[in-house]
Amino acid sequence: MSGSATTALAVVLIIAPLLPSLASRTVAFITGRRGAPLLQPYRDLVKLLGKRAVYSRTTTGVFRAAPIAVLATPLLAAALVPFDGHGSLAGFAGDAIAFAGLLALGRMLLALGGLDTGSSFEGMGASRELAFASFIEPALFLCFAALALTTGELSLGRMLGGAIDRGWAQAPASLAMVGVSLFVVMLAEASRGPVDDPATHLELTMIHEVTILDHSGPDLAFLLYGSALKFALFAALVVDTLMPRTGWPTPLAVAALIPALAVVAVLVGVIESTFARLRLVQVPQFLAGAAALAALGVILRVR
Amino acid sequence: MLLAAIVVLPVAGALGAWFDRDPGRRTVWLLGGALAHLSLVALAWRFGPGAPGFGWLAFDPLGGLVLTLVSVVFVAVACYAVGYLRREAPRGGHAFVSCMLAFLASASLVALTRHFGVLWVGMEATTLATAPLIYDPTDRRSLEAVWKYLMICSVGIALALLGTFFLATAQLAGSGGPTTLMLPDLIANAHGLHPAWLRAAFVFLLIGFGTKMGLAPMHTWLPDAHGEAPSPISALLSGALLNAAFLAVLRGFQVVHAAGLADFARPLLIGFGVLSLVVAAAFLLGQENYKRMLAYSSVEQMGLLAIGVGLSGVAAYGALLQMLGASLAKAMLFLAAGNILIGFGTKQTAEVTGLLKRLPVTGTLFVVGLFAITGSPPFAVFPGQVVMLTGAVHAGRLWIALVMVVLEATVFMAMGASMLGMVLGAANAAPRPSPEREDRWLIAPPLALMLLILLLGLYVPAGLHQALAAAAATLGGGAP
Amino acid sequence: MERTGEVLLLLVLMTDFAVLVTDRLSTCIRIMAAQGVLLGLLPFASGAAIGVHTVVLSLGTIAIKSIVLPRVLSWAIREAEVRRELEPSIGPIGMVVLGLVAVGVAFGVATRLPHAGATVLPGLVPVSLASLMMGFVVLTTRRKALSLVIGYLMLENGIYVFGLTLAGAIPLLVEMGVLLDVLVGVFIMGLVVFQIHRQLETQDSRRLTELRD
Repeated sequence: MSGSATTALAVVLIIAPLLPSLASRTVAFITGRRGAPLLQPYRDLVKLLGKRAVYSRTTTGVFRAAPIAVLATPLLAAALVPFDGHGSLAGFAGDAIAFAGLLALGRMLLALGGLDTGSSFEGMGASRELAFASFIEPALFLCFAALALTTGELSLGRMLGGAIDRGWAQAPASLAMVGVSLFVVMLAEASRGPVDDPATHLELTMIHEVTILDHSGPDLAFLLYGSALKFALFAALVVDTLMPRTGWPTPLAVAALIPALAVVAVLVGVIESTFARLRLVQVPQFLAGAAALAALGVILRVR
Repeated sequence: MLLAAIVVLPVAGALGAWFDRDPGRRTVWLLGGALAHLSLVALAWRFGPGAPGFGWLAFDPLGGLVLTLVSVVFVAVACYAVGYLRREAPRGGHAFVSCMLAFLASASLVALTRHFGVLWVGMEATTLATAPLIYDPTDRRSLEAVWKYLMICSVGIALALLGTFFLATAQLAGSGGPTTLMLPDLIANAHGLHPAWLRAAFVFLLIGFGTKMGLAPMHTWLPDAHGEAPSPISALLSGALLNAAFLAVLRGFQVVHAAGLADFARPLLIGFGVLSLVVAAAFLLGQENYKRMLAYSSVEQMGLLAIGVGLSGVAAYGALLQMLGASLAKAMLFLAAGNILIGFGTKQTAEVTGLLKRLPVTGTLFVVGLFAITGSPPFAVFPGQVVMLTGAVHAGRLWIALVMVVLEATVFMAMGASMLGMVLGAANAAPRPSPEREDRWLIAPPLALMLLILLLGLYVPAGLHQALAAAAATLGGGAP
Repeated sequence: MERTGEVLLLLVLMTDFAVLVTDRLSTCIRIMAAQGVLLGLLPFASGAAIGVHTVVLSLGTIAIKSIVLPRVLSWAIREAEVRRELEPSIGPIGMVVLGLVAVGVAFGVATRLPHAGATVLPGLVPVSLASLMMGFVVLTTRRKALSLVIGYLMLENGIYVFGLTLAGAIPLLVEMGVLLDVLVGVFIMGLVVFQIHRQLETQDSRRLTELRD
């Protein structure tokens, strides 16, 4: 059990940078371009790790702590997610809250790092990042609440690993809504369209990109890998919710994760290329819709 | 068969008037339909009460009283309309007569049916049949009135449909016989109905049909619709439609009473009734539009009826008597107001003076109507109100009697001040050339109604007394 | 059968939410047409016995609620040239929150109600109440005359869903009478909406304030 969990975690850690790359490649394919090679992120990471970070004179330790936090928090959170569809590496009752808390911690340090540069520009990015988070987090908590109510379990590993089958038998409607809601949360957390545009470098439209603008070298590599890992974590949550693999033999369950994650990434790319990026005022409405869907899942279950 | 004819005959008349090419003959359809209906209703009193029901239709004293009232008011309005149509283009144009007769059919259906679903369909049909009569596409005030009338009444009535469904659920969930929604079944098995669903059903029926009846705070459409409608239509709304809605509320109360839950329903009726009295009195003070003044007086009358039934005992008898007298008086007042509007061309109380000199007959009718509607002897409203007050005192509800007396006095002063101001005084320059002589068609119907009120005030025939007592008995009341 | 019914009910709720957040009137009309189809299919999945009654009711509902009424309302807004709800008093997020409150209350109330028919779909009562309350939300927050008609339709549809729990206890003729009343009612409302626009050059029902005391 823990052996397969370790294997699955290792697989996810390895393929994480592929997900944003695959999504962008899909967008390129649909819009008729060739796009960057799939393995480009790995090359970028290697290149960045070999360089030296440059720090502005105005920055302090907060700026340097941000990339480490952004890398460390999803790594820790990854231990709580049952990638193999059976159980997680670590887990305790209520660890879903810890999962959300870790990601919030990473986000807070990223925002502080942005503010630390003293640039009005990064400050704007930080403010947007946090403003949207205030809509993402309720949705996430409502999703977890609905999952806990439908499965009767309190830890992520047990909810998505063991009891999710029972949940589908009892409250399919609630779980379907949770799945859709989690997907939207993933789009926002991974800074993909229609919430954010990872390809933009126009100041007024950037959200995530602008916050990491001043980072360089290994720091930037940490940030890129950290956000790719966050994408993978949420994609895995979506896969675990919509495709319960409790009954499958563990090697098959681990193996099935890879194509499933790929499908999610392609789907993200398709959505990004079919829907126009939302105006900034519409993003909260979009995220509130996801929260409402999850809330409906909770209400249907509470009765 | 006779009962079906009462409903079908006006429908046939409506169709006949619609397909008749000659506009002049439409008034013949209207008068013919009205008189034929009245004679059928008279026949129904002769044969109806003892006869078995016909499908969804049945004749009982309560429904019969409302049916007769509707028919009498309709005949008066139809006669008045003959004269009215010579002066004013009818709202609804081609469909005017058809809509009037369709209203008569749907109100008769409401009065005669013993099936709650059919009752609802008939009630909503009265709204739809009367809306075109208020609707004048060139006048934005009329548009506003018809819009409020349609929206508020439709939403209210929709809630009554929910109440009807709750009633069926009370039958389904309880142990009381088949789920038929038939009044006799409901009353016979009343104790088997599920009490919680029955309570919910009554609340929704009261709010829903109460909206149509004009109980505060759902009354807001009423002054607008009555104020903007052509005067004969206002008379029809006040004298016939509101009573049909009141009957629908009473049908719900009959079931609740039979189930032994009357103690739950009474405070609700009294609460809505008192609120209606207060609202009506407040808006009557300083009311500048005499048609709206009459409309608020209708709100007050409906409030009194709700209180009377809520008090039960002899007060229920009083309320029914009051319903007869006040409806006839109100119809008469609206017809007289129509004459004033034709003569003076304004609805503003302040612009009308010297009514007695300008339009002597109408002026007299107006003064008599004021005393009749506010419950002065010797008119028909007076005995009803006395019986109701007696009922309140006997029931130990002194405070209700006190509230009624105080608010009635307020209403009398408010209406008296503005109506006497219109009637007395010098005849000022006419804003519109007044007809040399008051038209007989416009004078005779309100005069006839006034005579009827006077007669009923002086003497209640034995047959009517029995019918009133029998109807009150189904509401938990008794004869004085 | 029960699964299908639950899916249909869920879709009814979703269409209600869609109306709450949509400010384009023509889209609202289309959503209501879709809801009409869902309502027409519901009697087959509500657990009641299927007979002539069910078929006629279903066909009548679909014909009136998803074909005739949408056409009437579309005609009214096309002729009156109105497109959008004017500056809604409550934004989409607020509307969704109100809708969620309605759903929560509806489900809360429905579980406390004494059980009605044992044979029917359990979701009918809560969805009916939720739909009813969301209709009231639309009626009280929207300004355009046409939006109020749509709110009335939502309310009416909620009551229709409740009627399905009675599973044939209401005679077919009465049900058709109810449908006919709704049809004629909305038809006249559509006509008035059109005239209000012609008269006022705007459909804002809050400008209908001449009649007051």
